[in-house]
Amino acid sequence: MNTATKPEAIKDASMLKQKEMIAGNYDALTGAPETGKKIVSTFVPGNLNELISSFGLLNNLPEINAINNGMRKQSGGMIMDAERGGHSEDVCTYVKADIGMMSKGNIAPNGKVMPNPDLLLLSYTGCFTFMKWFELLRKEYNCDTVMLQVPYTGDGVITDNMRDFVVKQLKEEVIPALEKTSGVKFDIDRLRENMARSAKAEDDLVWVLESAKNVRSPIDAYFGGVYYIGPIFTAFRGTQDAIEYYQLLRGEIEQRLKDGLGPITPEGDMGEEKYRLVVEGPPNWTSFREFWKMFYDEGAVVVASTYTKVGGVYDEGFRHDPTNPLESLADYCLGCYTNRNMPSRVDLIEKYMNEYQADGLLINSIKSCNSFSAGQLMMMNEIEKRTGKPGAFVETDLVDPRYFSAANVKNRLESYFQMVDQKRRSSRKTA
Amino acid sequence: MSTAEIIARCEELYEDTTFAASRAWKEAAPGRKVVGFMPVYIPEEIIHAAGMLPLGILGGGDGLEVIHGDAFYQSYICRIPRSTIELGLTGRLDFVDGMLFPSICDVIRNLSGMWKLMKPNVYAKYFDVPQNYRDDIGGEYYQREMQELRHDMEKLSGNKITDEALSNSIAIYNQHRQLVRDVYAMRSDEPWKVPSSEVYLLMRAGQVLPVEEHIVMLTDYMAAAQEEDRPIRDNCRIITCGAFCEQPPLNLIKSIEMAGCYVVDDDYMLVNRWLMEEVPTEGDPIKNLADAFLHHSADSSAKYCDTQEKVGQYLLDSVRKNKAEGVIFAAPSFCDPALLERPLLAAKMSENDVPHISFKYAENSGQMQPIREQAGTFADSLKLWS
Ligand code: SF4
Ligand code: SF4
Repeated sequence: MNTATKPEAIKDASMLKQKEMIAGNYDALTGAPETGKKIVSTFVPGNLNELISSFGLLNNLPEINAINNGMRKQSGGMIMDAERGGHSEDVCTYVKADIGMMSKGNIAPNGKVMPNPDLLLLSYTGCFTFMKWFELLRKEYNCDTVMLQVPYTGDGVITDNMRDFVVKQLKEEVIPALEKTSGVKFDIDRLRENMARSAKAEDDLVWVLESAKNVRSPIDAYFGGVYYIGPIFTAFRGTQDAIEYYQLLRGEIEQRLKDGLGPITPEGDMGEEKYRLVVEGPPNWTSFREFWKMFYDEGAVVVASTYTKVGGVYDEGFRHDPTNPLESLADYCLGCYTNRNMPSRVDLIEKYMNEYQADGLLINSIKSCNSFSAGQLMMMNEIEKRTGKPGAFVETDLVDPRYFSAANVKNRLESYFQMVDQKRRSSRKTA
Repeated sequence: MSTAEIIARCEELYEDTTFAASRAWKEAAPGRKVVGFMPVYIPEEIIHAAGMLPLGILGGGDGLEVIHGDAFYQSYICRIPRSTIELGLTGRLDFVDGMLFPSICDVIRNLSGMWKLMKPNVYAKYFDVPQNYRDDIGGEYYQREMQELRHDMEKLSGNKITDEALSNSIAIYNQHRQLVRDVYAMRSDEPWKVPSSEVYLLMRAGQVLPVEEHIVMLTDYMAAAQEEDRPIRDNCRIITCGAFCEQPPLNLIKSIEMAGCYVVDDDYMLVNRWLMEEVPTEGDPIKNLADAFLHHSADSSAKYCDTQEKVGQYLLDSVRKNKAEGVIFAAPSFCDPALLERPLLAAKMSENDVPHISFKYAENSGQMQPIREQAGTFADSLKLWS
C-alpha cells in the first residue's frame, strides 16, 4: 500500500447509512426537549435497547460519548478536568471522560447540548465500574434510577437462578421504571417485534464477522469490526434501520469476497494479507487511525476480536428470541464477553485462533480497564500453550491520550511480526 | 495473658506466609479441610457448619517476595492478586482444599477463573452476592446461591450441613461478631488503651484461626487491655477508609498512629463485621443469613448504594458515632471500587464539614515518611481547628 497517499475517507453505502443513523440519533437526543421524548442513559454491554425502544424512549450511552470524544481528540482535556475534580488517575477513563464532558457543558457530537437523562438505567454487565459510574451519574443528574444486576457467570455457565434473577428484576424493577418514565404501558408484543428485528440483524452481523474465516479476509474484524458492531451495540438493535444496515453491509462484503478483495481501510483497499491475527481487548480511540495504520501498513489483518463481543456474543448461536423475550434478554446480558469467566474467554480465543486460521494473538491491554485487563497475561500464555502460536502484548488506553505511545506500540508490533515470520519458517521446516 | 503476649502471637501469625497455624489445625485430625476466601465477604458459617476451616487470604503483605506473580499482572493492576498468585504458585496454599472469590471487583472476579486455570484440581468458585436488596428479588437469588454453596461445601467436606449445624455456626459467629464489635467500641471509647495496630493484628489473627479460638483471643485481649495503664496522648480522632481489600503494610497503620491520630474506626477485614446485627438462630438459617445481608450488612465501595441519599451515609454515621474529627481515605493504588467511590465519599464529608485527606498505598509500600508527614499535618490541622 502506498502510505504516501493522503488518507481519504472512502465511504460505502453501509458507512453512509450508519453515519445517517448516528446523526439522526444524536439529533433525536438533543432535540428531546422540543419533541418531548424521554431519554434513558444506559451502558453498552447488556443494554436493553429493544425494551427501551418498546416504550418509545431514546437511548443515550455514555461510553459511546466517551469514544466519540476520544476519536475527536477531546477526551484528554475532559479526563484532566475530572482528575482535577478529585477523580483518581487510576480509574476507568471512560468514566472520567464522561464526567469531564459534563463539566464542559455536555455538548453532543452534533454541537448541541445533550439534555439530562430522564432515567438512569444501570444494566451492569461484565464490569463493576459501571456500578460506581452510575452512582456518580446519579449524583450529577439527580433523576430516577433503576438497576439491573447481571450475575457473573463464574463457573462458565448460565444457571437457572441467574436467569430467574434477571427476569424478575426486569419484571419488577426495570419495566415499572420504564413505564413510569415513558407514561407508556409495557407491551410485550412490541418488545417481541423489536427482538425479531434484532435477530435478523444479528444473523447478518455474524455472517459478516465470519467472512474473515476466508483466507484473504474481506474484513478487518477489529478496526473495521468496531464500525460493524456500531448499530447492534448501541441505539439501533431492534430497529428496521439496523436490519437495513446489516443487509447493505453483508452485500458489500459478499461483493468484496467475489472480487477477491481484502479489508477496506481509511486509505482504501488493503494490500496483501501477510498476517492473520486475533485481538483481545478494546482498541485505543484517541489514536485509532494511527494504530490501525500500524497494522495495515504491515499487511496484518485482524480476523477475529473479542472486543466486538463485548456488547453481545452472537457467533456462538445466541439470538434475541421473540418467543421468550425476557428470558432471552437475560441470556443476552449474561452472555456478554466480559461477563464470561476467564476459562471461557480463553476457550473462545482458542476457537478463534483455530477457526480463523490465525497466525497469533495480540493483546491490546487497556490501562484503566480491569474487567478486560486483569488476567490477560495468563490468557496469552494459555493460548500460546494451546495453539503453539505466538502472542504479543501492547499497552494503551481507551480515551486517555497520555497512555498511547506510538513509538513503543509500533516497535512492539514490528518485532511481533518478525516473530510470526520466524515461527512460520520454523514450522515449515519441521513440517 | 498480657496484651503484649497476645499481640506477639498475632504478629507471628500475621508474618507467617506459610499459614502454619491453619495447617496445624488441618493436620490435627484426619479428614479436616480448609477453604480459603478473599475479601470482602463470604458467609463463613456455611464452611464452618461443614466442619471445615474458613481461611481469610489477604495477599502476601510486605513480607512476601513476589517473583512469579508479577508475570501475571500488568503494572497498573493492584498488588493483592499478584501476591495471592505468588502464594498459590509457591506451594503456600497447597493445603487449601477450596478457594472462594467473592463479588468485590473485576480483579478478584477474574482471579477466580485464573485460579481455575492454574489449579484445575482444586475447587474454586466466584461467589456472587445481591446488589438488589428486595427480599423477593435479591433475597431469593442470594438464598439459592447460598444453597448452591452449601451443596458444594457438603461435597468438598463429605459432611452433610444440616439446618441445625448451620444455626449452631451462626450462633458461634454471632458471638464472634459481638466480640469484634466490642473491641471496636472499646477502641473508640478509649483509643489510648487499644492501639489500632493491635486491633489490626488481632483481627488479622481471626482470618487464620478457628473462630472458637479467636473468640477466646478477643475475650482475653479485652480483659488484658482493660487492666493495663497506657498514657493518654493528645491525638486527634480519625477514621481510615478504603482499605477493605488489599491491606496496607503494618508500618503504615503504625505511622498513622505515630503521626498523632487515634484511629476510631476503619474498614479492614470487613468480613468480621459485615453482618452488623445478631443473626437469628431460629428458623431457616439460609434465609436468616440472607435477611442479614440484605438489611443489616456493612456498606462498602464493593456494594451498590440504592439511593443517592444513602451514598456515604455509613461513613458519616461512623464519624458521628465515633466522634471522629476527620477521615483519611487510604486506598490501594489501582483499586477501582475504592477509588471510584472516593469522590462521592469525599463530597459527602465536605458537605458535612468533615475534614479529610487521601493517599494511596500498596501492600508492599516501603516509604512511610511521606505518609507520616501527610497524616501528621492533617492531625495538626485538626487539633488547630477543633
Ligand atoms: S472498566 Fe472497562 S468494561 Fe468497565 S466501564 Fe471501563 S472500559 Fe468499560
Ligand atoms: S485492591 Fe481493589 S481492585 Fe484490587 S482486588 Fe481488591 S478490591 Fe479489587
